[in-house]
Amino acid sequence: MSDELHGEIRRVVAEHARLSVDVDTLADDSDLFAAGMTSHASVNLMLALEDAFDLEFPDRMLTRGVFDSVNAIAAAIGELNGLAPSSNGHQP
Amino acid sequence: MPLRIGIDLVSVASIEESIRNHAASYLRRVFTDVELTDCTAADGQPDASRLAARFAVKEAALKVLRQGDEAIPWREIGVRSDRHGRPSVELAGAAEASARRQGYDTLDVSLTHEGPFAAAVVVAHSEEVSR
Repeated sequence: MSDELHGEIRRVVAEHARLSVDVDTLADDSDLFAAGMTSHASVNLMLALEDAFDLEFPDRMLTRGVFDSVNAIAAAIGELNGLAPSSNGHQP
Repeated sequence: MPLRIGIDLVSVASIEESIRNHAASYLRRVFTDVELTDCTAADGQPDASRLAARFAVKEAALKVLRQGDEAIPWREIGVRSDRHGRPSVELAGAAEASARRQGYDTLDVSLTHEGPFAAAVVVAHSEEVSR
């Protein structure tokens, strides 16, 4: 995954996930829900990611696991862009 | 089949923010057509307090239904009110399949909104066993 992709995801997370900590203090695999993201904030995060990356998360991807870390989000975006399947457990 | 209970609390301001930032795409992805109709104020604008209560119902129901990291879209859990204003939960698609698979045929709900917050409690049970 590119640093550019992770950087853009971190920008969107910082703006929309309403974390209780600075996203820059989190690792790429840190749990965003554990860092204070509520279920409703995850909706905003999903919609903001769709705007930022010009894509739409299909119903099968509406799981907590898809949005629970920067790495998981990057994997899902990669999968939607036809890159390698994500490794966070959801099935195509 | 044991009862299962879910609860959720939602900030009305968070709903207002989502409507402000994402407008129709937010409303379309999260709420059913019935909910959007029921939660439209007289001036034609979405009623954030009532929508917050309905989002709380969805999350409370997910806490009851979701096994592991199952994909259940928010629109597949909806609230409908009868002519007396009594709410009930309507399930569709993956949400309905999940309830059926777990032996639940009824989700009862109680919801409220006051000031900056809305809350809901959902109880899943089987009518057959409850009689």
